[in-house]
Amino acid sequence: MNLSDIPPKGGSPFTLPMAAFLMLLLLAPFLVARFGLYHYLAIEIAIWIIFAMGFNLLFGYTGLHSFGHGAYLGIGAYAFGLFQHNVSTSLWGGLGAALLAAMVAGGFVALFLSHRRGIYFALLSIAFGQIFWFSSIKLHRVTGGEDGLLGIPRPPLQIGNVAVTLADNRIFYWFVAALAALVVIGLWRVVNSPFGRVLQAIRQNEMRARFVGYDVWRWKWLAFTISATFAGLAGALLAMAQNSAYPDVMSLHQSGLVVMMVLVGGGLVNFWGPILGVLLYFLAREVLGSLTETWLLWYGLMFVVMVMVRPEGLAGLIGTAARREAPAPPARIVETTP
Amino acid sequence: MTLFQATGLQKRFGSRVVLENITLGIEEGTVHGIMGPNGAGKTTCFHLLTGHHAPDAGSIVFAGQDIAGLPPHRIARLGVARSFQIMNLFDDTVVIENVMLALPAFKAQTGRIFGNGFADRRLIDSALEVLDMVGLAGSAWSKTKSLSYGDRRALEIAVALAAEPRIVFLDEPTSGLGVEATRALAALIRRLRTRFTICLIEHDMRFLFGLADRISVIHWGQVITEGTPAELMANKWVARSSLKEAV
Repeated sequence: MNLSDIPPKGGSPFTLPMAAFLMLLLLAPFLVARFGLYHYLAIEIAIWIIFAMGFNLLFGYTGLHSFGHGAYLGIGAYAFGLFQHNVSTSLWGGLGAALLAAMVAGGFVALFLSHRRGIYFALLSIAFGQIFWFSSIKLHRVTGGEDGLLGIPRPPLQIGNVAVTLADNRIFYWFVAALAALVVIGLWRVVNSPFGRVLQAIRQNEMRARFVGYDVWRWKWLAFTISATFAGLAGALLAMAQNSAYPDVMSLHQSGLVVMMVLVGGGLVNFWGPILGVLLYFLAREVLGSLTETWLLWYGLMFVVMVMVRPEGLAGLIGTAARREAPAPPARIVETTP
Repeated sequence: MTLFQATGLQKRFGSRVVLENITLGIEEGTVHGIMGPNGAGKTTCFHLLTGHHAPDAGSIVFAGQDIAGLPPHRIARLGVARSFQIMNLFDDTVVIENVMLALPAFKAQTGRIFGNGFADRRLIDSALEVLDMVGLAGSAWSKTKSLSYGDRRALEIAVALAAEPRIVFLDEPTSGLGVEATRALAALIRRLRTRFTICLIEHDMRFLFGLADRISVIHWGQVITEGTPAELMANKWVARSSLKEAV
């Protein structure tokens, strides 16, 4: 199993897993209520799905290992908050500002990253991530320093003459879920389009891609900028969810978290991997967290075991199990003569 | 007409001069061979001609345009394709995708984020046509990794051809091939020569002398002699080397 497996039907994103995903988004509020969990959890999961799926376009599909993506999540959050405080209280304006800010920041950083790969790419991505994180702490007047930007409103959703207030978490969830659905459907199309195919070709063999006639630098730049933009969207939603933006969102910790989610879920082998990873993380936090305060230790151990025995992650595990059900073709015996 | 002309190419890595002075011209519609001992600079020469390295001095003119120092993707788009000695394929995917990615018709629609590249019947057909040229149409939907060594070599060539180039550079296409596969490759190159200009590096002398119209011999970083196979056989230096017995 791997990311480049061509779907036999090609075109339409409305596959069985997509139906399951959309169903999950629809049922999530009822599920969390039923299991006695709070509503905010569903919002958090949907936001992180947007972040992780956008991140995997870069990480899994293009094979560029960024460990500083939390920065663009944070930039989105700050941009949204600053727009509300300084320009006007507007939902679309704030989202637009967040997307633009993350896109510009990502595009700028990608200028320095795009002719790197492997460990150099990873280290540079961390370095830039830390620069943004540090700036968010030190630029007191803009970001509010370590206290962060507080009192970020959730502007109402204006559709024609009807204004829907998003202040209630139950209603806000539907807004976030709708965006998550759009993002996932959009990304599914992107990775299966010629555009996505070129990104995957670059992951598989950068040199060959170059000699076949692709300007690899430009493609890497695009992949980075696009995934930073998705992070910006997730960041804006996070700022709305928390009514605040603070430096912690940008920290190396958050950047590492999304990498871990993608790896555990199986983002390297499957489109749906990051979603599984996000679900697993938040469920572990809620379930293990209710049992013990040291839940992160157990989650970390699980991560270690997963990387050691199933590096292709949860999605890989499910894929293997599915194949086992089918009868294996008879093994051919190869006789070797000494 | 001279399609490809390199003049006075020079390349050094640090203090080591790898190419001293390479001058070679490739006529359109011919098969041009490059031979020489190990370490003579043949592959470096290829790297210069196809843009992997920029030459330190000298010019490379392809179809009237100076391409020395252009990045590989620009040179590739002008109509120069190459295969690699150490195989370079897209290994995580199926055979046909390797070829499709190189098709000009595919490259023309890579900007379409919502496009439908791999469900496009015409693209699949033209990719199959290219695979058919090298005898791989039957394994179009197999995993690239599962191909045999000889088939991987053939796919290397197919990827180069898919770009619809004017000139194809093949770096030691017979390397690692058995007798049977080498014969098949020779037949393939004979078929291709009617459509493409071909330049190949080769160690297998029998193979090269049977195919090439002209051969350049590279040694000590320069072209020490050049001519038709017959002229080279008559050359006293070539005659003195072990070449003659090999043919």
